[in-house]
Amino acid sequence: MERPPLITKRMTFGETSLSVIFAALAAASFWIALHAYTAVYAFHAVLFALGSAGAVVAIRKRYQARPAAPAPLMIDGRPNYNLGPVKFTAIAALFWGVAGFLVGLYLALELAYPQFNLDLPWINFGRLRPLHTSAVIFAFGGNVLLASSFYIMQRTSRARIAGDLAPWFVVLGYNFFILIAGTGYLLGVTRGHEYAEPEWYAILWLVVVWVVYLLVYLFTLARRTEPHIYVANWFFLAFIVTVAVLVLGNNVEIPVSIYSAQSVIVWAGVQDAMIQWWYAHNAVGFFLTAGFLGIMYYFIPKRANRPIYSYRLSIVHFWSLIFLYIWAGPHHLHYTALPDWAQTLGMVFSVVLWMPSWGGMINGIMSLSGAWDKLRTDPVLRMLVVSVAFYGMSTFEGPLMSVKAVNALSHYTDWGIGHVHSGSLGWVGFVSFGALYCLIPWVWRRPLYSLKLVNWHFWIATIGIVFYISAMWVAGIMQGLMWRAYTPQGFLEYSFIETTEALHPEYLIRAAGGGLFLIGALIMVYNIYRTIASPEIDTAEDIAASPQLAE
Amino acid sequence: MRRYPFERTTTMSNDTFERGKVRIDEKTGVPTTGHEWDGIEELNTPLPRWWVWTFWVTAIWGVLYCFVYPAWPTLSGGTQGLFGWNSRTEVAQEIGELQTTRAPILAKLNAASLSDIEANPELLAAARMVGSVAFVNNCAGCHGAGGQGAKGYANLNDDDWIWGGKLADIQTTIEHGARWDGDKATHSSAMPAFGRDGILTPQQISVVADHVRTYADLPNAPEPTAEGQKLYDENCAACHGADAKGNTELGAPNLVDAIWLYGSDKPAIVNRIVNGGGGVMPAWKDRLDDTTIKALTVYVHSLGGGQ
Amino acid sequence: MSQTTHHAPGGGLQKRIETNSILLVVAILILVSIGGIVEIVPLFYIKNTIEKVDGIRPYSPLELAGYNIYVREGCYTCHSQMIRPLRDEVERYGHYSLAAESMYDHPFQWGSKRNGPDLARVGGKYSNDWQRDHLRSPRSMVPTSIMPGYPFLAETPLNGAHLAEQMRMLRVVGVPYTDAQLENAAADLTAQSAPDDPGAAALRQRYPNVVINDIASKGGVTEEDALVAYLQHLGVSVDFKLYDDKANIR
Ligand code: HEC
Ligand code: HEC
Ligand code: HEC
Ligand code: HEM
Ligand code: HEM
Ligand SMILES: [Ca+2]
Ligand SMILES: [Ca+2]
Ligand SMILES: [Cu+2]
Repeated sequence: MERPPLITKRMTFGETSLSVIFAALAAASFWIALHAYTAVYAFHAVLFALGSAGAVVAIRKRYQARPAAPAPLMIDGRPNYNLGPVKFTAIAALFWGVAGFLVGLYLALELAYPQFNLDLPWINFGRLRPLHTSAVIFAFGGNVLLASSFYIMQRTSRARIAGDLAPWFVVLGYNFFILIAGTGYLLGVTRGHEYAEPEWYAILWLVVVWVVYLLVYLFTLARRTEPHIYVANWFFLAFIVTVAVLVLGNNVEIPVSIYSAQSVIVWAGVQDAMIQWWYAHNAVGFFLTAGFLGIMYYFIPKRANRPIYSYRLSIVHFWSLIFLYIWAGPHHLHYTALPDWAQTLGMVFSVVLWMPSWGGMINGIMSLSGAWDKLRTDPVLRMLVVSVAFYGMSTFEGPLMSVKAVNALSHYTDWGIGHVHSGSLGWVGFVSFGALYCLIPWVWRRPLYSLKLVNWHFWIATIGIVFYISAMWVAGIMQGLMWRAYTPQGFLEYSFIETTEALHPEYLIRAAGGGLFLIGALIMVYNIYRTIASPEIDTAEDIAASPQLAE
Repeated sequence: MRRYPFERTTTMSNDTFERGKVRIDEKTGVPTTGHEWDGIEELNTPLPRWWVWTFWVTAIWGVLYCFVYPAWPTLSGGTQGLFGWNSRTEVAQEIGELQTTRAPILAKLNAASLSDIEANPELLAAARMVGSVAFVNNCAGCHGAGGQGAKGYANLNDDDWIWGGKLADIQTTIEHGARWDGDKATHSSAMPAFGRDGILTPQQISVVADHVRTYADLPNAPEPTAEGQKLYDENCAACHGADAKGNTELGAPNLVDAIWLYGSDKPAIVNRIVNGGGGVMPAWKDRLDDTTIKALTVYVHSLGGGQ
Repeated sequence: MSQTTHHAPGGGLQKRIETNSILLVVAILILVSIGGIVEIVPLFYIKNTIEKVDGIRPYSPLELAGYNIYVREGCYTCHSQMIRPLRDEVERYGHYSLAAESMYDHPFQWGSKRNGPDLARVGGKYSNDWQRDHLRSPRSMVPTSIMPGYPFLAETPLNGAHLAEQMRMLRVVGVPYTDAQLENAAADLTAQSAPDDPGAAALRQRYPNVVINDIASKGGVTEEDALVAYLQHLGVSVDFKLYDDKANIR
């Protein structure tokens, strides 16, 4: 490798300005910690102070260790991909995944045996549940999205990711946000909006991280060699842009004081409800769906070594999906005090959303045309394809549950929980596992330790999902029917607590299913550990270019 | 699916790919679009017909649905839909229909007096049915699903009554509750806080507590004492009666039977005497309608201990 | 083999958008804005969105403190506060919930899952004692309950130092706290949390319907006191004997 002759080493603009900003943030956080109204807020301020101080030190150390010249964009005519942030988030995803599943299992046990709450504040169901949803969606799912989008944006652009510190700022900053949010829930800091619990200071931080994420994405795309933007990137852009809009829209809050962890949302009651479910439904639509469709659009064709089934379908289903999704939020508010007209819109647009959703499923599954036999031999590909099947299933179930007559029965019950987990375990979980099983060997340049273990993971987790969702269907429908059961004389048949009692067996089966899913994930962690611990493949060839080499 | 008449074989490797040039995929016979990203190409397969049709069907259904039901916001409200349906009118109608189903039973219960209901097996069964439904939804939290009560919450199965076990007494208790702030007619008498308010010394309280425990023939009860009897007569007999058999007018429980609202061990009794007061039961006359309260009265009365 | 070379399909607008990331982002932004605007904006200007009813007042300081605890403990993960206009719900829980009843809830507490029963009208259904007993040990009151116990609430003194500040912020976002209510926040907190407090009359006047604590907590006001006060206020504001259902169809 030739060295550029005699460049004097200096701090870049980014390094200098970030150091200054972080130093200021450290000082400000320290000040706030001294004046905080509550101990928890002081604790968070200290975390911010330590994190910022750590960032200053890290930038300094990195500066000292790095060569004078910036990292080259190309080496030997090949893009010099920046895989550090991808590796970091891939591991973080596994870590948060296991943590989130474990908390889910604990919640399941708390519902079956309330003694598990131990009469303690930190682990009672009400505080742990937001920890679970955030851990699996935003920590696990978010890191999978970061890892794969940072990988995919570079590979499909055939260019090194834009920015030097920026990608690291995004991945570390995002995980710092998770740390603040998660510890906050356990210690009792929450905004009380489902899937949007973090308080104002965490959100402020997230917004900065997110804007940088979008910029990194756009600047990397600007380096692309193919003039067309690949469909995976359409979905990632829709995900990043819309999530930004949603988070800003649902967090219009005034802090009670700069020294208080608490804030007051600007709207109340029915408007707050509508905005919250506009947000939360589209968090499903753009975080758990669009983002993961982006993942699917890269890893399925790559793994199967087949072209995408239909470009036209990509176009039609992409635009219709993002347009229609936004409208469907009120299906979470059927028969509430939200005016009827809004409920109707929520229902109608949900049903129309069915085919656009299935467009993604068709493109995913049919991209295997001509390579179906690989499903038998490649459990990773099988995981990816089954995830798409689950996606199809939950996007059929969703429109069904959006029909008011059905929702009158399903709402407030475990049917909803079953729907959620067929989407999240089956679709989000499996597509993530599949992507990580591809990604990790490719970025670490090592063969996957054991396909057999992937096979075990696949089957154990699949059985777990089946246990989980069928138990919840039974539980939900039974619960809904018991609530509305009337005696022949026209009087309510059951008291509430009788319905609770009836759910116990289903709750046990669900816990068993969740346990299996967790065991599968632990097998994966072991498999990945052995993969990374094995020696690097000694080849100049780009192993991701011929994916089969990866086992 | 349409088949394309031309074919060309290529692998997807980058080296053979020619940017912007369409090729025919060998496995499916469909042309590609000529774009390539990291080895991934796209086929130019037309939209599946069934998919397009189903999409249209749902869309057209959606449009029609929006005409029939309230759907679009306007400047002053929302469109009302063709038939003026709305969820609030619908539930009023459904409840109305429900009332028709129940009307025969309810009318009969309404017309009969409490004692007539008990005397007539058909009415009794009806009242028990209506009452039991209201009971599990409103009363079971305190009195238990079977009326067995809990510490501080009266057992409704036994024949010991704090406020009286006749039909009329029970009805009064249910309607107005006990010591319920929001109801002027509620049972309001309560036991004085002999300890907290300094009426008796701790030593006196201990003596009278021991003494009271002799009435009911409790295990490990000490012998009755003259001092205890004196303290009792001076302080307690006014409410609980000289014979300690209680007074339902004042809600003062019987102290000679084996039934104890707060427990029969000495600390429990000392606690009562120190802190006094009494349990609180909500008034139901504003939450439940008259017929339901009637049915509840009969139901509770028939649980076993009614007088 | 014919060496046909077709040019890529998908010309026109799609091609322009697909080859220009900024255009792509702008197109996405436009498309995802429409639905939200149509569904959300009218809720702020259409008058009948929130029914016209009497009796709804802002939370008293103690109730507000209880509301904060309700949010903090995540009670909404198990309990809805939204009785739907469906006949079984109306029969089980009482009159269906009105939008007006949560118009001072920042944030709203409608919930989305019922692991426990709806609480929209639980105020006045039980005594303060029962609520305490139940919070400390739900299974002592309902043997098969799956609700967690919250005994620690009874042991945690209430930190009411910043309630007035919160009330002031709530006023900024539209909760009609009066000057008198803001000024007397601390006094009202004590008046509601101790029986026989001399401030009770003034408190009742500022906050009609208020349930005053009937037990003097030994070590001062606890979080449990506040939560119970909040629960006792749920669903009691509107007098449905006077409320006209037909006037509020929308
Ligand atoms: C908040 C708890 C609570 C609820 C709910 C409740 N009760 Fe009670 N009830 C009590 C308490 C406490 C007493 C005992 C009052 C006392 O200690 O003086 C009582 C006493 C009674 C008594 C009188 C018992 C006696 O020995 O005289 C009757 C009858 C009764 N309740 C019926 C009902 C019915 C019927 C319902 C439902 C509609 C109901 N209660 C709901 C707490 C409750
Ligand atoms: C003003 C009337 C009044 C006086 C005087 C009074 N009591 Fe009571 N006592 C009551 C009432 C009313 C209750 C029932 C409390 C309740 O319903 O929860 C009660 C309850 C009790 C109980 C609990 C019974 C149980 O079932 O658990 C005991 C024990 C008791 N009293 C003992 C005494 C003794 C001893 C004295 C005198 C030192 C006394 N009382 C004086 C009214 C009185
Ligand atoms: C794990 C789920 C769960 C959580 C969390 C939970 N509850 Fe409950 N709750 C229940 C169940 C189940 C019942 C019904 C059985 C019972 O009464 O205990 C219930 C009943 C209640 C009731 C009685 C309602 C009625 O009409 O009978 C109240 C009041 C209540 N809970 C308040 C709360 C409060 C306040 C919190 C938070 C501090 C809370 N709950 C947290 C599950 C939960
Ligand atoms: C066309 C697609 C879909 C539609 C129309 C849809 C519709 C619905 C409906 C009607 C509910 C129940 C609301 C209620 O009664 O409370 C719901 C809940 C939910 N769905 Fe879906 N769904 C779809 C796809 C998905 C997918 C793919 C996922 C997951 C990856 C998902 C995740 C969720 C979650 C998390 C909830 C629970 C929200 C809550 O109450 O907390 N949905 N969805
Ligand atoms: C080991 C696996 C898991 C178990 C045992 C589990 C268990 C649970 C339990 C018990 C609840 C609460 C249900 C209730 O309130 O009644 C829950 C809620 C939820 N979980 Fe999981 N979970 C698991 C994995 C996941 C994953 C992987 C995701 C998402 C990627 C997820 C997303 C959610 C969501 C969104 C909710 C809230 C649903 C709602 O509010 O309607 N879970 N989970
Ligand atoms: Ca009795
Ligand atoms: Ca939910
Ligand atoms: Cu939704």
